[in-house]
Amino acid sequence: MGSTPPRPTPRQEPQTSEEHPVTESTTRTSSHGSGPFIAAIDQGTTSSRCILFDRDGRIVAVDQKEHEQIFPKPGWVEHDAAEIWTNVQEVVAGAIGKAAQDVPGFTPADVKAIGITNQRETTVLWDRHTGEPVHNAIVWQDTRTDALCRELGRNVGQDRFRRETGLPLASYFAGPKIRWLLDNVDGLRERAEAGDILFGTMDSWVIWNLTGGVDGGVHVTDVTNASRTLLMNLHTLNWDEKILASIGVPAAVLPEIRSSSEVYGSTGIGGLNDVPVASALGDQQAALFGQTCFAEGEAKSTYGTGTFMLMNTGGTPVNSYNGLITTVGYRVGDEAPVYALEGSIAVTGSLVQWMRDQMGLISTAAEIETLASSVEDNGGAYFVPAFSGLFAPYWRDDARGVIAGLTRYVTKAHIARAVLEATAWQTREIADAMTKDSGVELTALKVDGGMTSNNLLMQTLADFLDAPVVRPMVAETTCLGAAYAAGLAVGFWPDTDALRANWKRAAEWTPRMDAADRDREYKNWLKAVQRTMGWIEEEH
Amino acid sequence: MPGPIQSLERAAAILRLLAGGERRLGLSDVASSLGLAKGTTHGILRTLQQEGFVEQDPVSGKYQLGAELLRLGNSYLDVHELRARALVWTDDLARSSGEAAYLGVLHQQGVLIVHHVFRPDDSRQVLEVGAMQPLHCTALGKVLSAFDPVAHSEAAEAEWTALTARTLTDPALFEEELALVRARGWGADLEETWDGVASVAAPVYDRRRMPVGAVGVTGAVERVCDAEGVRSRLVAAVRDCARAVSRDLGAGRF
Repeated sequence: MGSTPPRPTPRQEPQTSEEHPVTESTTRTSSHGSGPFIAAIDQGTTSSRCILFDRDGRIVAVDQKEHEQIFPKPGWVEHDAAEIWTNVQEVVAGAIGKAAQDVPGFTPADVKAIGITNQRETTVLWDRHTGEPVHNAIVWQDTRTDALCRELGRNVGQDRFRRETGLPLASYFAGPKIRWLLDNVDGLRERAEAGDILFGTMDSWVIWNLTGGVDGGVHVTDVTNASRTLLMNLHTLNWDEKILASIGVPAAVLPEIRSSSEVYGSTGIGGLNDVPVASALGDQQAALFGQTCFAEGEAKSTYGTGTFMLMNTGGTPVNSYNGLITTVGYRVGDEAPVYALEGSIAVTGSLVQWMRDQMGLISTAAEIETLASSVEDNGGAYFVPAFSGLFAPYWRDDARGVIAGLTRYVTKAHIARAVLEATAWQTREIADAMTKDSGVELTALKVDGGMTSNNLLMQTLADFLDAPVVRPMVAETTCLGAAYAAGLAVGFWPDTDALRANWKRAAEWTPRMDAADRDREYKNWLKAVQRTMGWIEEEH
Repeated sequence: MPGPIQSLERAAAILRLLAGGERRLGLSDVASSLGLAKGTTHGILRTLQQEGFVEQDPVSGKYQLGAELLRLGNSYLDVHELRARALVWTDDLARSSGEAAYLGVLHQQGVLIVHHVFRPDDSRQVLEVGAMQPLHCTALGKVLSAFDPVAHSEAAEAEWTALTARTLTDPALFEEELALVRARGWGADLEETWDGVASVAAPVYDRRRMPVGAVGVTGAVERVCDAEGVRSRLVAAVRDCARAVSRDLGAGRF
């Protein structure tokens, strides 16, 4: 001891599940099960990872590699799809190498299937003959299609395709990104119409390459990823010809839509030999699956920089009249598809980061709890972090952030408390919208993501929702969901009941707030929300 | 009372100078700014450098404030930071041991539970974060008392209630027990706090090798122990977890 220089403690960032810090697996050998195993690839926004799971759903080995974020212009975000494919191959080989070190007697043949989860909506087009992307992938956050989406809305507006797709016309979704590429890359539309170009979200790109690429790679996507393109009809689960024509996407570029859990093909990368590629799920849907939300009314919420909450609505796509998105939750093989309502909160963990980096009131994200715990309540202060407008259920881009209820009495500790309460109230508003749309009351909320280590936040969440909040033992619910879906497809797990048995409760927070207090506080929060609206004057 | 010590005054002046506008200064800049001889200035700078308060850029030879100053000003490890770092490891500990996992720190004259992971069965359990446990009879408390001198003196002053027939209340026996904990690197509580319940814990260190907490598992004595005492499988799992959390906090390999 003493030879290793002390390293400064890195800042703990609240992270989305896909960015959860990877933990070394070396000390876990003592508790490793033996094979067989399932591998999951998580092709995320900032990195690609591969995790090996055993039959109990426990992590056996992890490898991760970040890729470059390319910002060609303000509001534009791109990834190099070729770099991503290289990284995916490296992390698969890396995870297998670590398992070979850590697990006695491990051989690559112990990996029985490989599943994929991915950043949703990110769009890549490539040449089917060379396997080369024709342009950088356009990332979900990229806003270059804002004007195009307004134009596509014509006289109807954002909801022009909502009935068919469950989605508003917004720049996140893949369809308009395809159109942008076809319009802006020289000669691409002609090549696309001639059948030389393939489109994919990252699941399709990875699967096509895994299964051979130019040598017979299969061009498929799963229903959850397809449900984020604005091109798939939620009811038929097929590409919608009318919308294809309206947006201007030739059917020839599109992958075949398959279930989330079936064998698409097989792969031989990273030392594997003929291993079935057997699942694909968008990252939030994978977390829903990993949290084993298999029954109608079950919901999960992932607390990272932003927050994504999904509720299983069973076999029917529920239209939202309260600002939520209707999406496919998952589909296992030939079984009926399961739908979900999705609500997103733009600013949750990033508000804590803002308190740390912009305000300097705390030095690590975890300290927000220390500061907030030093007072009993919010002192009358409410913080609505509408930094770039209000998202679900309001969708007001003229709103901006507000701290309301300030008096001489309020200290930075009260503000810290208001920061945590903001995340809890925003969750409550989404939960209310889900109940209104689906008619199903939330009985419990399963949580994951970096902010679940904040005990005060989790208790506040239970108090504000008036429902128990439960955290599972495996933090990596996204990868686990992809592994589960792949394992089901190859019979590694017999059915979803077996997966439920793997779900272990690590902690549960039960509501203990007086109902009258909750009602009064909620009313105050809603008043504060009203005060954010209309701040930005009409442009033009 | 003697007057101020001149060399300390000069050292303080140098630190203030380095903390000012320009971040890096050469020896002659420092000497001339403070009106000191170069030799004197160099001697003080070298001493400050040895203590880590000042660092010298290897290329330019200029001086700047050292990392140790930042650590002095920011030395206290936030318990919520500790929980965030321990989260994945304690989940794994609960899963591999099949028992409830706890993370505790010294607080006043007891152990404050800052993190609790449920036993991985479907039984009804209540989150015990925020609860206090005694120092003299719990595994977490014994580990803190054995490795943290502040906890040791707090334990000596605490009330030694006999919670079960097995609770140690004789200070001499307690010291013997702590010596054993130090020698083995882990501590146990065999029905000394609750009848029928046993626990085992190990220390968590920060980047300066300070004991900042203890992590352990607690469960029915029939499951935790065999004829030899605490099952070695559980001891290994607890110590693996403590090492992993310590490494995450920046403690070197040990």
